[in-house]
Amino acid sequence: MAEAVLFYLFAAGVLAGGSQVVLRRNPIYGAVSLVGCFFFLAGIYVLLSAHLIAILQVLVYAGAVMVLFVFVIMLLNLKEEELGELRFTFWKVVGLVAVLATAAVIAWRALGPAYPSTGPARDNAILLAAEGFGGVKAVGRTLYLAAVLPFELTSLLLLVAIVAAVVVAKGKI
Amino acid sequence: MQDFIDNLIRSWGHDPAAWPWTQFLYLAFMGAAAFIVVNFAAISAGIFSWAERRVAARMQSRVGPNRVGPFGFLQWVADAVKLLLKEDLVPAEADAVLFRAAPYFMMVGFACVFVCLPFSHKLIVADLNIGIFYILAVTALIVVGIIMSGWSSNSKWSLFGAIRSAAQIISYEIPAGMALMIPVLLAGTLSTQGIIRAQGGWPWQWFIFDNPAAFAAFFIYFISALAEGNRTPFDLPEAESELVSGYNTEYSGMRFSYFFLVEWGNMWVMSAIATTMFLGGWQLPGLSPARFDALTGGVAVIAEIASLALFAFKTLFFVFVVMWLRWTLPRIRVDQMMNMCWKYLVPASFAGALFVAAWMLLVHEAPWLGQAMRFALTAIAAVTVAAFALRTLKNLRDTGDKFDFTSNW
Amino acid sequence: MTSIGLPHFLIVGAALFALGMITVVTRRNAVGILMGVELILNAANVNFIAFNHYVEGPGKVTGQVFSIFVIVLAAAEAAVGLAIVLAIYQTFRTIDVQETDTLRQ
Repeated sequence: MAEAVLFYLFAAGVLAGGSQVVLRRNPIYGAVSLVGCFFFLAGIYVLLSAHLIAILQVLVYAGAVMVLFVFVIMLLNLKEEELGELRFTFWKVVGLVAVLATAAVIAWRALGPAYPSTGPARDNAILLAAEGFGGVKAVGRTLYLAAVLPFELTSLLLLVAIVAAVVVAKGKI
Repeated sequence: MQDFIDNLIRSWGHDPAAWPWTQFLYLAFMGAAAFIVVNFAAISAGIFSWAERRVAARMQSRVGPNRVGPFGFLQWVADAVKLLLKEDLVPAEADAVLFRAAPYFMMVGFACVFVCLPFSHKLIVADLNIGIFYILAVTALIVVGIIMSGWSSNSKWSLFGAIRSAAQIISYEIPAGMALMIPVLLAGTLSTQGIIRAQGGWPWQWFIFDNPAAFAAFFIYFISALAEGNRTPFDLPEAESELVSGYNTEYSGMRFSYFFLVEWGNMWVMSAIATTMFLGGWQLPGLSPARFDALTGGVAVIAEIASLALFAFKTLFFVFVVMWLRWTLPRIRVDQMMNMCWKYLVPASFAGALFVAAWMLLVHEAPWLGQAMRFALTAIAAVTVAAFALRTLKNLRDTGDKFDFTSNW
Repeated sequence: MTSIGLPHFLIVGAALFALGMITVVTRRNAVGILMGVELILNAANVNFIAFNHYVEGPGKVTGQVFSIFVIVLAAAEAAVGLAIVLAIYQTFRTIDVQETDTLRQ
């Protein structure tokens, strides 16, 4: 019962934050509502007993990625008038319809009989920081045993990204 | 806390897993706990504002606030009432929505930390198994609040202060996080209570004296925490000689007081984290956690209060050190601040983490080495503190100053 | 309404994906498009974790590990993407993606 209340609360927060990104013309509002959206998303991950992912979501998105976005928006100092007026071209409408149709198909499939509508029983999993499932230990074991090669490759990718970001943004060093 | 509520429900004759109101009772207790910790944060921040002014006055041979209440103790209440009654101004050119929302972002990010912050053996809101990671994550919200306040004020000083502050906090988060990972490595858990339990009551059982890298990590963390809390010598975002007051320049009334509530409350947070991670937390000397758990009746209550007092004493000592540093060190320049972080603290913290990993393997093979290192480091620290005390006493004798706590105060 | 199952989470993921896709399709400033991409990646994460919880079952966390990789890639993508946005702004004095088309001429 409380789980349902929390789910609808978090889902409403996620969708409200996400829709602000679409509706607001000013990117700084979009960025701030995206922070809120990601916070509620972390709540949804907690409901799915993925506590570590929820914390990573807050740490990486709210703490680093969104701060980067806001920084760039402040550096460029984008004003409403510089964004150009809102235009509805033919292809935009086509794209919108296509996107909504895709989402509708996904939702229709999700409601279909292919997926179980109830999950494994977990008494009070919301508030219980379980040691095993979703905890640091289980994720760490999978990450460092089964997925160790992709993990190491990711570190290489991050290095490339750091160098690329510095070179592209700074021009000459 | 969950065990406590479950037992409460059982005492009412229900099964916690089946009773439909269990989760609502959890929510009610969470609300009550949130109310308590937010008020604790606000009141301690208020008291620190008074303490800081008294300490500053003492260090500068002034009197300080001494009119409201004994020793001016109620000055912070008077200030809070004044700020509540002041008009809440929003500049005409400011972005009103973000301007109003920014202080709340900071307050939320600050108050969320208290969920995982231990106070004593049993006193903690929730002992999450990702405790310290959670604390690192939620403080990120403070940066968002600072950037919002600086940008929405539509003022040069606010914007410069916010950009400096955001760059500073994000940079120093890396050495702070890496330094905190060293006690996590040693304890093998991220839970704050688990890290305290992995230490001991005596100084040589604390993680700070475990090995040289942990010793260095404590200082790396403390420096980074000072920078993250915008405390001197890293108070560049609020440098009043350059930026008026930084990101909070345009604020007034209650919203202005939120910024300072967060700043002073952060002193408790950073000191409590240092105490938890490096200084043995609430562990009483000679009482192992297992025996602590087994205590019952009046002895348990006394031990609980003693552990609370010990934790508060250690934390308040570091709060005092933070104030002491503020009135001792001058402010550094922006480039010096960035150099210090990226050229010294970040490589040092990474090297420290590697060293601790190797050290743990070594100690696993030769346990006597770990013991010897603990005692050696504790002895070095004790000698340093004793030398400092002797030197201070000698200086006091030479200058003729007395511990004059009566006439000036 | 009392029982929350897999479809609920999948619908949140689908709605988030749609919002992100609409942002990418309709926005003309590059920062807005990057924000839309972040929304899409998070929609994928919701699905990974929901399937991990309901289908993969207790004790297995492959879906969560995959979402860690998605988060890392999203962070790298944001860093490089925003660096490119800054470079575009230095060259064109605008970040409107329809006006930065000198390669076409």
